[in-house]
Amino acid sequence: SGSVLHRTRKPHFDKILIANRGEIACRVIRTAKKLGIRTVAVYSEVDKDALHVREADEAYCIGPAPSAESYLRMDKIIEVCHKTGAQAVHPGYGFLSENAAFAEQLAKEGITFIGPPASAIVSMGSKSESKSIMSAAGVPCVPGYHGSEQDPNFLYSQAQQIGFPVLIKAIHGGGGKGMRTVFEDSEQAFNEALSSAKRESLKAFGNDTVLIEKYIIHPRHVEVQVFADKLGGVVSLWERDCSVQRRNQKIIEEAPAPGLSPELRADLSAKAIAAARAVDYVGAGTVEFIFDNDTSRFFFMEMNTRLQVEHPVTEMVTGLDLVEWQLEVAAGNHLPLSQSQIPLVGHAFEARIYAENPRNNFLPDSGNLLYLSTPSPSHTFAPTLPSVSREGDNALIPTNEIAGSDSLLHLGVSTRLEQGFEQGAQIGVFYDPMIAKLVVHGQDRTEALRVLRKALDEYQVVGVSTNIEFLRSLAGNQAFIDGEVETGFIPKHTAQLFPPVAEPSHAVLAQGALFVALRDHPNHKMVSGAPVSPWNSLSSRRFGGDHYERTITIQTQETSEPEDAPTATVHVKASSKPRHYDVTVRTDSSETSFLGIPAELASPTSLATTLDGESLKTTIVSQRPPPDVPASLSVNTMERLHVFSGGRKITLVLPSPKWLLSLGGDLLKAAAKGALKAPMPSLVVEVKVKVGDKVVKGQAVVVLESMKTETVLRANTDGVVKAVACKNGEMVAEGKELVDIEEEDV
Amino acid sequence: RSLFSSNLLRTVRLSSRRNYHASVLPSLISTSSPEFTAKSEAMEVLISELDAKMAQARLGGGLRATERMRSKGKKLPRERLGLLLDPHSPFLELSALAAHEVYPESIPGAGIITGIGRIAGRECVIVVNDATVKGGSYYPLTVKKHLRAQEVAREHGLPCVYVVESGGAALPHQANVFPDKEHFGRIFYNMAQMSALGIPQIAVVHGISVAGGAYVPAMADENIIVQNQGRIFLAGPPLVKAATGEVVDEETLGGGLMHSSESGVTDHLARDDEHALAIARGIVGDLGHAGSVEVGPDATPEDPLYDASELHGIVGTDVRQAFDMRDVIARIVDGSRFREFKKEYGTTMITGFAHIHGYQVGIVANNGILFSPSALKATHFIQLCSQRQIPLLFLVNVTGYMVGSKAEKGGIAKDGAKMVRAVACADVPKLTVVVGGSFGAGNYGMSGRAYSPRFLWMWPNAKVSVMGSGQLSQVMASVSDNPAQHASLEAEIERQSTALYSTARLWDDGIIKPTDTRDVVGLGLALAARKRQSGTAKGPSGSTTWDGAGNGFGVYRM
Repeated sequence: SGSVLHRTRKPHFDKILIANRGEIACRVIRTAKKLGIRTVAVYSEVDKDALHVREADEAYCIGPAPSAESYLRMDKIIEVCHKTGAQAVHPGYGFLSENAAFAEQLAKEGITFIGPPASAIVSMGSKSESKSIMSAAGVPCVPGYHGSEQDPNFLYSQAQQIGFPVLIKAIHGGGGKGMRTVFEDSEQAFNEALSSAKRESLKAFGNDTVLIEKYIIHPRHVEVQVFADKLGGVVSLWERDCSVQRRNQKIIEEAPAPGLSPELRADLSAKAIAAARAVDYVGAGTVEFIFDNDTSRFFFMEMNTRLQVEHPVTEMVTGLDLVEWQLEVAAGNHLPLSQSQIPLVGHAFEARIYAENPRNNFLPDSGNLLYLSTPSPSHTFAPTLPSVSREGDNALIPTNEIAGSDSLLHLGVSTRLEQGFEQGAQIGVFYDPMIAKLVVHGQDRTEALRVLRKALDEYQVVGVSTNIEFLRSLAGNQAFIDGEVETGFIPKHTAQLFPPVAEPSHAVLAQGALFVALRDHPNHKMVSGAPVSPWNSLSSRRFGGDHYERTITIQTQETSEPEDAPTATVHVKASSKPRHYDVTVRTDSSETSFLGIPAELASPTSLATTLDGESLKTTIVSQRPPPDVPASLSVNTMERLHVFSGGRKITLVLPSPKWLLSLGGDLLKAAAKGALKAPMPSLVVEVKVKVGDKVVKGQAVVVLESMKTETVLRANTDGVVKAVACKNGEMVAEGKELVDIEEEDV
Repeated sequence: RSLFSSNLLRTVRLSSRRNYHASVLPSLISTSSPEFTAKSEAMEVLISELDAKMAQARLGGGLRATERMRSKGKKLPRERLGLLLDPHSPFLELSALAAHEVYPESIPGAGIITGIGRIAGRECVIVVNDATVKGGSYYPLTVKKHLRAQEVAREHGLPCVYVVESGGAALPHQANVFPDKEHFGRIFYNMAQMSALGIPQIAVVHGISVAGGAYVPAMADENIIVQNQGRIFLAGPPLVKAATGEVVDEETLGGGLMHSSESGVTDHLARDDEHALAIARGIVGDLGHAGSVEVGPDATPEDPLYDASELHGIVGTDVRQAFDMRDVIARIVDGSRFREFKKEYGTTMITGFAHIHGYQVGIVANNGILFSPSALKATHFIQLCSQRQIPLLFLVNVTGYMVGSKAEKGGIAKDGAKMVRAVACADVPKLTVVVGGSFGAGNYGMSGRAYSPRFLWMWPNAKVSVMGSGQLSQVMASVSDNPAQHASLEAEIERQSTALYSTARLWDDGIIKPTDTRDVVGLGLALAARKRQSGTAKGPSGSTTWDGAGNGFGVYRM
């Protein structure tokens, strides 16, 4: 009971170190502050101005940008612990969070690792070991054959035992290679698929061993948040659904999982608790299941032995602070609540805002957060929920709190923002390209989605491509609203999720042009209090027959062939009334005039105007090209205007004047013809040539990595390597010359 | 709706500060009276005619010439001007209707655009050849307009930017373009003189710049040429062939690359028109302490209390209809405040102090025929302003000095001469706006063109002639052998006295709309207030004498 718990309660740490960065570091610091715990941040050289560094009480630089030289340096982190007297280390997620050696090393040094014991990390780190532990504990695993016997007849009989459809998967396979699905229970079909998978695998990986698994046609990713203390207590904080993924990574998560019966939920939780108990788990963990939507059966996949990115959705529906719980457990205390006291109220979503390009296969993007404007969060932590207490038998069936509670109405909706970066930060160059997490809570799924859509509409980012607009489409997709989630959701609904990009409306073009015209407007009142001459105050006035007018050419698409890009010309003419303009927009197909409209810049990024009777205040952010890159037809060397209109970000390109392109062209021509330049800020993985090497056109010369994606630069001509200006492991800026190849005389 | 609330607030604050003030002019006009309405309507007709003529002149040499320029990748003259000027800056164009109906062929704006505008934060005189009009060649009035722009530059210490594309003198008119003192050669004389006075001379060569025209870039302190487009030579290929037998193409003879890399005639090689103008803006940004600097207003500018559009109904278009010039002043000056001097004396003349756009100004304005006391009052006032270094604004509506034995006996000739002498010798900048008539010797006393006001503007209804047309034709008829000519003579004189006739011949700096008067005069006063920073000559606020106060030689092209 409460009083006993109180008497035996151990105090929190005085000071902890957070061995992470970005939003999770900030998240941990917030809870620590709430509890009066001092915090120590560590950072790499490029993160010296990062938010987590400023939020922490103390901060120490532990090395250069690459993770291996900073955030993964256990020795440096332990050194900082000793130097600062930090008693415990919170690893966040990623980096060292599931590193058993780190947990062990910390234990040796007498520092508490805020996470599970090393043994649990090791057990769960091995797929095969974890599966056998789970099977022994009665947790269902995906039926399959993982043995070494490779006789086709034997494998076929295994497949029959598993039940069709089955997946034949090369043990070294990956990226879809060496994988075949067999739907029909026929020996011929099975053997054909088997031999083709083996052939492909042998060719690609030099090994043709395969395994056979049950193939689930409509799988969902459902995971259970568990928490265990050092005193044998284990509870389930219910499940999350993380089915909708891209590139096998989560993008939107929710709690609870839609469409689960209370019994199924109780069963999932019971199995997850059993899994945690099987490995003597301590702290926050997640048991991931693959859920067969067609049969409602679920199978253990793996256990994540850390606090997960998506933990806030669980916090929102339970009203808890999981970081606080982690600290509580790490201090050696009992779990703050028993299973029967854990609420499940309403519905929560988390949308991950990534620097990536959804229309280009979600390829990560990187760059500077030139402009960032977010919805205002209503909550820093989860909302406070009414306390509950269930009968002992029904501890795992929390349905009674979901419906019919009056207090829910008082709760209202909540929005949380988990951010690790501010305007001006570099995103995705060295680390994960996640910018922030948007977390919402409502009394039901529909309400939560509505709040999410509104918040996404208000989320404005310039500098990197983001998935915001995609998330907005997703949150408004009918199938998603109806809860028809599955891991194949995005490919299945591609057409609706990626509607064709509409041409910018004439109103948007007019606003873009007005922005360009108005930002050059000198603001003399700002300069000094002294009275100004009419040469300053009579702006845009022309006397004696002239008019103040400007013609602004706008390229309406960001395209790699700007010469063919559609353009619009917008004519802005000062009207006789001060601060009013006549604007005419001309595109290939049509012309629109907006006459005598008022327009003013309310701020350097906000245009106030009235078009067709609609009063508008539009955010427009200019992204200027880097000053040291010669002008070219590439949109990266042109000014771009990002117009936020109707919940969309529309990018307009202001083509560079011809003369600038001509000067830039000369510069580029003058540069060595065979020079290979870094197409984006990236890490040099491998330089494959040295000075004096003969190369042929198309030969791989340098391998670059940018945000987990490798790019191979190839020789653009036959020749001899004249200079190598980079080395393995070096970070290079966009446009940097890497290798110079002298063309061979023919 | 909340867009301009800050301005609204400011207006409210200002008006609450406008407590009753003894010098605030009252508005006693009735805007609903039939006379007011009739006058207003007549003025509006005149203004819309003016607008139409200006719009026509703005088109330059017409569609075909325009299209030809565009097809060569060139910017049009007005586009060049727009690219040169700072965004949103005002531009005070001079004599936009020059040469209107003067020559048998149409020469809009005399084939040249001139005016004062801001480049890189600095006011400059800009002269743009309009190559769509007869290839930008110089007619007699083109020369006159060019020289007038240079005069404005010299008087105010304003850097000059010449945007050049001209074949030089219009050969059929050479006798009226080339030889005289104020003809073509004077352009280069002025450039040399101004350069010596520390007033920078910049040229941008966009097209052909040949023979005499070649000297504009050659005389400039710093210049730019557009590659494969601008050409500078003393004689073109045909003349070269005739003279020496050498066969050479234009680009080799005087192209941008040659002049920039070999002859040194040009300093900057531009890729196209836009680039050239961007370079020119850079040059003006680097003019350092040459020329004059802006001097801010003496007081915070305030709008007049009354609507400027009421000027239409107050003045009307018939110069014989009298009106009270105070009603005009009340719609031009800051806060409609006017501290009158000698109000009760010589009442056909109004004198007093006011501010326009914050600049202090002494106003001399007509309110009827000039009698001896009126002339003496004006003389006294001009001396006051001269002593106090306050610029003068003449608001002109004068039929002349009083005639008749009584007036002659009273010495009107002597008193009128005092006023003319004061105007001629006043050591302050003068601005003249002809609001109504400017007749006879009244024109002299009210700082007509011959008295070198810094600027002289006409309202669309204004008239200028030796006397009123009716009067003049009667005089002519009485001394003529053929009284039948009376009617046609009157019509001819009437035509010659109009603002349009005047402005076409550059007797003024342009026709302005009554509603623009305050702003145009304000711009002029701001120019007049400028001070020289350094240099070798007397400041522009001093003598307006034209001849060499300079020492040294300006900048030689090396």
